[in-house]
Amino acid sequence: MKKLMNAADDMVDEALAGMAAAHPDLIRVIEPNVIVRADAPRQGKVGIISGGGSGHEPMHGGFVGMGMLDAACAGAVFTSPVPDQMLAATKAVDGGAGVLHIVKNYTGDIMNFELAAELAQAEGIEVTSVILADDVAVKDSLYTAGRRGVGGTVLAEKIVGAAAEEGQDLAAVTALCQRVQDNVRSMGMALTSCTVPAAGKPTFEIGDDEMEIGVGIHGEPGRERRKLASADEITEALLTPILDDMPFSSGDKVLAFVNGMGGTPLIELYVIYNKVAQMCADRGVTIERNLVGSYITSLEMAGCSITLLKLDDEMTRLWDAPVHTAALRRGA
Amino acid sequence: MSTFDSPAFRRFVETFADRLHERRDELTQLDSAIGDADHGINMDRGFSAVRGKLDELAAADLGGFSKGVGMTLISTVGGASGPLYGTFFLRLATSFGDRASATPDELGEALRAGLDGVRQRGKAELDDKTMVDAMSPGVDAYEAASADGMGAALAAAATAAAAGRDRITPLVARKGRASYLGERAANHQDPGATSTTILFESLRDAVAES
Repeated sequence: MKKLMNAADDMVDEALAGMAAAHPDLIRVIEPNVIVRADAPRQGKVGIISGGGSGHEPMHGGFVGMGMLDAACAGAVFTSPVPDQMLAATKAVDGGAGVLHIVKNYTGDIMNFELAAELAQAEGIEVTSVILADDVAVKDSLYTAGRRGVGGTVLAEKIVGAAAEEGQDLAAVTALCQRVQDNVRSMGMALTSCTVPAAGKPTFEIGDDEMEIGVGIHGEPGRERRKLASADEITEALLTPILDDMPFSSGDKVLAFVNGMGGTPLIELYVIYNKVAQMCADRGVTIERNLVGSYITSLEMAGCSITLLKLDDEMTRLWDAPVHTAALRRGA
Repeated sequence: MSTFDSPAFRRFVETFADRLHERRDELTQLDSAIGDADHGINMDRGFSAVRGKLDELAAADLGGFSKGVGMTLISTVGGASGPLYGTFFLRLATSFGDRASATPDELGEALRAGLDGVRQRGKAELDDKTMVDAMSPGVDAYEAASADGMGAALAAAATAAAAGRDRITPLVARKGRASYLGERAANHQDPGATSTTILFESLRDAVAES
């Protein structure tokens, strides 16, 4: 294992301290490992919090700031945070208008957020939760834990954060977040595995001529291992199930998000985006907005994911609203 | 021995913590194959925290001790294992109440309550390929053998938990992160059922030592 690290056990703490040192105008870090917007709590504003395992940077801590999240809880690498963190975050951002928890659909995240919501409600804070589950690689059935929350989470945090910033109430931002979830689909793939610092070796072995299709964001194996293919073929393998699942059809307006898994350069992501644009045009689907870059990652894994969100006018307007966070800044 | 008291509970927790530490890499390796490569790391972190507070925790009655273990796990483990093992110990605590020691039947009731808590929190049933597949037969075997004494019942429980762990290895997972893998999760030993088997073995050995 080669990483820029001191000790595996200190990695999350030191990274958070580094973030706090780099962005004192935007955030502060409070115990136990919660990144809070510098000016929280804002009276009368709905608090938006999220969280998850570390190793997905810039998600979620990089999205704390004006127009996006009020707080993010950072767990150990690939391990959901504990209820104490979400409770501390909820209390830190509650401005009297309630708090929305944006939760990715993983068994551990769900249970820890549930416990935290119960504890916060017991302390008199109104909490709602929306679960993001946008990964079409997983069958949504009684026989799985349901679809994973992946790239759609980034889009939800931006759009819902903008709604809270302009003063929408808890019921409205909760409904909006659910609307994003209902209209977003994603799928990812990996060219390489990744190494959890405390584990010290790659989570899975993969040959130079192989790839994993249908991976999540935790270095877990995907649904299927295939021979390596061209970027265009990979894009088809990811985008076709997305288009068919929704389904996205002629006349739809979408936000297209091509995301890097952490170890893939931007030049390759644009190669993927080029094919995404062609395929959408062929279907008569209009890409109204896009996002290209590494925003929800799996440590140093090479690979990508594609996300499509079917936009309505309100979502487009909120996507365009000003945002100022460590990882996403526009119009502010 | 016919009762389960605070020193026995402490030996159980220490033994479980020792074995989780010794088998940390094995559990993480099992989790790498069908999960996210953190089960051993997380359990070891949680039980190291418990070990660090043992003197303080053990000063309480049986219920208070178990509650302290549960709360510590919920606050330190994360993932699904934190709430699940945390809930197990919290339900044990409620069942023990303020008793100084538990009879064989009372220990059986507590284990049953712990299993029910894990089932509710994780919404998992038998054959979903989770820790329930080791815990449920373990508790059943304990109850069936409790008339033979606590030691015999715990030995039966550990054997049944291990059999449950092995029985589900061929199955496809229906809960937790392994469920994302579909058929690829088949023929892999489940890490949660493995740590639960270690729990029952630790309980057996802690009571046998007295």
